[in-house]
Amino acid sequence: MIHIGLSHFLFVSIVLFSLGIFGIVTRKNAVMVLMGIELILNSANINFIAFAKFGNFGYQGQIMALFVIILAAAEAAVALAIVLNIYKTFSTVNVDEIDTLKD
Amino acid sequence: MNTYNLNYLVNSLYLIKPEITISIAIVILVLVDLIMDKNKKLLPFVSMIGLVVAGYFIVDQFSTNSFAFNTGSSTGMLVIDPFGNFFKLLIVLASAFIILFSVSSKEIKENLERHGEYFTLIFGMILGMMFMVSSADLIVIYLSLELVSLSSYILAGFTKQTLRNSEASLKYVIYGGISSGIMLFGISIIYGITGSTNLYEINSLIQSPQIQNLTFFLAGILIFVGIGYKISAAPFHFWTPDVYEGAPIPITAFLSIASKAAGFALLIRFIKITFIKSVDPEGFWHLLGIIDWKSFIIVISILTMTLGNFAALWQNNMKRLLAYSSIAHAGYLLLGLAVMSNEGIAAIIIYFAIYAFMNLGAFLVVMLIANKTGSEELDDYKGLGYSTPFLGVALAIFLVSLTGLPPTAGFIGKLYIFIALVDAKMIVVAVIALLNTVVSLYYYIRVLKHMFLDRPEKEAPAFSISAAAVALVVVMLTPVLVFGVYFTPLVDLAKNSVALMGF
Repeated sequence: MIHIGLSHFLFVSIVLFSLGIFGIVTRKNAVMVLMGIELILNSANINFIAFAKFGNFGYQGQIMALFVIILAAAEAAVALAIVLNIYKTFSTVNVDEIDTLKD
Repeated sequence: MNTYNLNYLVNSLYLIKPEITISIAIVILVLVDLIMDKNKKLLPFVSMIGLVVAGYFIVDQFSTNSFAFNTGSSTGMLVIDPFGNFFKLLIVLASAFIILFSVSSKEIKENLERHGEYFTLIFGMILGMMFMVSSADLIVIYLSLELVSLSSYILAGFTKQTLRNSEASLKYVIYGGISSGIMLFGISIIYGITGSTNLYEINSLIQSPQIQNLTFFLAGILIFVGIGYKISAAPFHFWTPDVYEGAPIPITAFLSIASKAAGFALLIRFIKITFIKSVDPEGFWHLLGIIDWKSFIIVISILTMTLGNFAALWQNNMKRLLAYSSIAHAGYLLLGLAVMSNEGIAAIIIYFAIYAFMNLGAFLVVMLIANKTGSEELDDYKGLGYSTPFLGVALAIFLVSLTGLPPTAGFIGKLYIFIALVDAKMIVVAVIALLNTVVSLYYYIRVLKHMFLDRPEKEAPAFSISAAAVALVVVMLTPVLVFGVYFTPLVDLAKNSVALMGF
């Protein structure tokens, strides 16, 4: 039986963070880019809760994680509304094709 | 944990009267929009009343030095100090002008049925920015930053039918989401190292040498990404030209002044409070050696202004040109921070007070022209100096002031930044900034050339401007001209506003 410690949580969180960045950089679909952003937010959440639990820092970290969950939902709502509007005006959600504003 | 006394809470509520006023104004705006279904005339009045009351409360408690919402015996989540109050006042002033701009903007007027949400979202931004400038806790910093961002994502795409508008909001939301996510990751690491989210507590915890420097360094840089995006500093500026060009002009002006001012206030507070070791009698800061902020900020600021100025040389769209110019100005302003002294902060405050008027004025004239001609292209400005001399001359004054030539106020702003640099013996940096100013002269003067020297192919139709618009332009022109020759009150105000709580 292995003991699950702080470093395991941090490992999961850094993998999620890297996957988020990877998704943002490689994906062309705006919705997939937004999912990458969600991954980054969740990796930070894992950090907060793991640090709060293993560092005995009190409840601050867990409260922060709750705030972040709420904010992530709000951001997803706003971002998806914008993507929907993009689809109505451009008929595509490929971020590479949305480039009317250029030098 | 701490005994949370009810008296503390009540006292804290007294300290955040301006923020409470803005929150009440949001509720009233929503209600007015609901009740007066067809009549949207009342909304700007309600907004102005809310701003005036908030402004009164800010002036009323201007020299307060206190913590609000105490988390420990000596620290709190919010700081009410002259420095924050100055920036709050600047934000309220800029917002009041933005409300007036919006009333006379054709783009905004065309979406009359959505005016309720427009003003509500602007107030959401104001509320977020006010918390941003007074936050002393990483939780509040992140929440307020997101409050500003979420409102501005929607506002950037407010006239959603046009292509460039929806594109602007998409680019804004993607860049903003990424940078705030990265910033949150940095916050979580700092929380892990120190066990606290309060800047003052973090500062006292990292005074001891056994803190892991490298991890803390990385976390500090990650947090800078989030703030750097808000102030459009160089490697994080990619959203700026696109969003500024695509968004409705009042929102562009708002982003370039209020949101940037709030970002700068947050950056200064974050760096000074978190990393300070001591302040010597001459006002120079001694920072902890964890991050070499001085060199870091110098590199970022030189990169920012050079990139902004050189990219602006090739722009043919006025809004895009002003966007790059605002990036360059962020570079000059960062130099004031790079000095790492109270004198530098005073220079930033003077610069911001002047920059607000000249940039708002430039955007106002661009908006008035776009209202009539429907275009912001530089080619459509040909002969404008003769067909509508008033707007031409006004724009010329604003642009000369943005360049930083005497006798306009822009000169005073740049002068104080350079004095601060020379006093700190950063001559090389000052010379680079001066050369950058020379580069900026080219693209500002190019606009003047288009207006006054180039003859249009067909005679430009003279258009009349309403008396209200003329009055608004004159209101913006007066401080730009007056502060250029009589700037003692401004300097006194800045000297009174440099004090940050605690140091």
